[in-house]
Amino acid sequence: MTVGLFIPCYVNQLYPQAAIATLELLQKLNVDVVYPSKQTCCGQPMANSGFEHLTQKCNDLFIENFASFDYIVAPSASCVLHVKDHLHAPENEQLAVSVRSKVYELVEFLTDILKVEKLNARFPHKVGIHQSCHGLRGLHLAQMSELNAAPFSKPAHLLHMVQDLELVSLERPDECCGFGGTFCIAEEAVSVKMGKDRVNDHIKNGAEYITSPDLSCLMHMEGILHRKRSKVKVVHIAQILNSTR
Amino acid sequence: MKPNGTKDHAALAEDFIKDEERVNWHDGSLWWIRQKRDKAAKNIPEWEELREAASQIKSNVISNLHEYLLQFEANLQKNGITVHWADSAQEHNEIVYSILKAKGFTEMVKSKSMLTEECQLNEYLAERGIDVINSDLGEYIQQIDNEPPSHIVLPCIHKRKEEIGELFHEHLGTEKGLSDPTLLTRVARKHLRNIFMTRRAALTGVNFAVAETGEYVVCTNEGNADMGAHLSEVQIASMGIEKIIPQKKHLGVFLRLLARSATGQPITIYSSHFKKPRKGQEMHMILVDAGRSRQLGRADFRDSLKCIKCGACMNTCPVYRKSGGLSYHNTISGPIGAILAPNLDMKRHADLPFASTLCGSCSNVCPVKINIHDQLYKWRQEIVKEGYAANTKALGMKAMSWTLSSPGSYTAAGKAGRWVLKNIPIAINNKLNPWYKGRDMPDGPKESFSEWYEKNKDDKS
Repeated sequence: MTVGLFIPCYVNQLYPQAAIATLELLQKLNVDVVYPSKQTCCGQPMANSGFEHLTQKCNDLFIENFASFDYIVAPSASCVLHVKDHLHAPENEQLAVSVRSKVYELVEFLTDILKVEKLNARFPHKVGIHQSCHGLRGLHLAQMSELNAAPFSKPAHLLHMVQDLELVSLERPDECCGFGGTFCIAEEAVSVKMGKDRVNDHIKNGAEYITSPDLSCLMHMEGILHRKRSKVKVVHIAQILNSTR
Repeated sequence: MKPNGTKDHAALAEDFIKDEERVNWHDGSLWWIRQKRDKAAKNIPEWEELREAASQIKSNVISNLHEYLLQFEANLQKNGITVHWADSAQEHNEIVYSILKAKGFTEMVKSKSMLTEECQLNEYLAERGIDVINSDLGEYIQQIDNEPPSHIVLPCIHKRKEEIGELFHEHLGTEKGLSDPTLLTRVARKHLRNIFMTRRAALTGVNFAVAETGEYVVCTNEGNADMGAHLSEVQIASMGIEKIIPQKKHLGVFLRLLARSATGQPITIYSSHFKKPRKGQEMHMILVDAGRSRQLGRADFRDSLKCIKCGACMNTCPVYRKSGGLSYHNTISGPIGAILAPNLDMKRHADLPFASTLCGSCSNVCPVKINIHDQLYKWRQEIVKEGYAANTKALGMKAMSWTLSSPGSYTAAGKAGRWVLKNIPIAINNKLNPWYKGRDMPDGPKESFSEWYEKNKDDKS
């Protein structure tokens, strides 16, 4: 089994440590990982802004980089959801369907494909999980609070394997943080207010770290925490799962 | 800002958010209702099956709307109700006016009807010398404040009790500073009772219209629709053509879903069935299209016609909760309004499908399972294709697409961006950057993952 490591553009440029943790974690779990160096962006920023028609070149490039792998894994639920829902290839749609069916967000890959039951990790802190909306409602990484169905959480399942980590519970476990891609700029006032309220729920409940399978939400919340001069930090879930004892 | 100079959702939301304490309170009130809805939904083990059943019944309705409407019309007529068809808001208003004029009435009492708000009926009739009072308490408050409803179920949810006390002092002569909700409600009740007793024409909305029987159901918590209708000589019902359900037995599905989704109540206090006029009474039904058949023709958006107007999507929507219903500048606000409004006027409402983070909570609470957030995404594509995106945005997107579709230009742009973040942060950390207004920028690492991987890959494989 060979996994193509998909590191979204903003993670590559701004949060390399999360990408390194993803790579190292997969390697620790004996996965053969390759990072195709010519990758750029999945096209989501354009598509969510109404410019999906400008994303074909990003799609083509994505397919060129990743079509040959057994699985494609990324530390970003939002980008994975975009590929799953919107990647097309008018010339060879069959190929696009195959790529769409084998792209996984890191947490779901660890729980559903590798079926990880044990991790050699330690993170002695109080942690709040930010269920990113695209991970939660798009990829079903956890049960959605709106539905009448049995609860589960793939991120929590993995975090429970981390020694000395204490999960804090939140008043609104799956509220959106307000990042929303270009929404964070176009609707700056609402976005910031949503972000403030989201981090406050974590702070109020004693979190030292906010973690998530989505760095984009974390980047937004980090910006708000810094502005507040808060001591609470954000950390991608891969970095916690990869933290050594 | 919209091209015609009026404020768009982002600007109106920014105004609303300036009073942060009010936003917190608004957000909290609606979240409390969302929690009541969760509790009510979770008390019904077959909740998800009910949603599915409702969704399928409505799919059937919108696929066979023509037949059901004709069946409904025939049954209404059999029951002695006069049927009118209105293609547009204007036609609807003209019909109402002609009915009142024929009787020589200059006053009417109205129960809550978002359709007549959409048609701007009150304004139309006022210009022709007819006075209309909205009898739903929330709507009445909005009416005396000369403001449209901010929510389809909770019209004045954005107002605090002190503000309502102030309005009542001004319009109903209550004592200055009185803000006790019970006392204020009593005053309104007395005032409205007089309206009900004296007005001879009453108009109600329609929640569900049963094709099989030619009856219709109106749901209120205050009984105000009944009070108006029962004392009227002329009773008018206005309904959008999508409000049909095929059979009476289907009411059991919808009535169980409606109130639970709307307010967390097991059922609305009054679910009143109207079927035929009393002796001496006239009943009229106006079936209104006003863009609905156009929406039916849009494959991606036709499911929006399934909506039963419970408002659950508004209560759960974090953007709605923080920005208030009036920021949507449309009769139906919130997520559902944002997918209905562009059908009515795409240019005027081009901003609304973007007033969402696409978090998807709306689709999950929707009792008829409308894929609201997917439709928001699809409207964005339509609106851009139709040329309603701002030029600056279109240029930006083209540049972004060019940079991101080539590995070389992407690497160069990334490097340049990180260099600026590290070395001249002031170029980014300034007022012109909307990100920086309420948030700090990320630090910007010295090397990207690609660069790190290039150096370390040999030790790693």
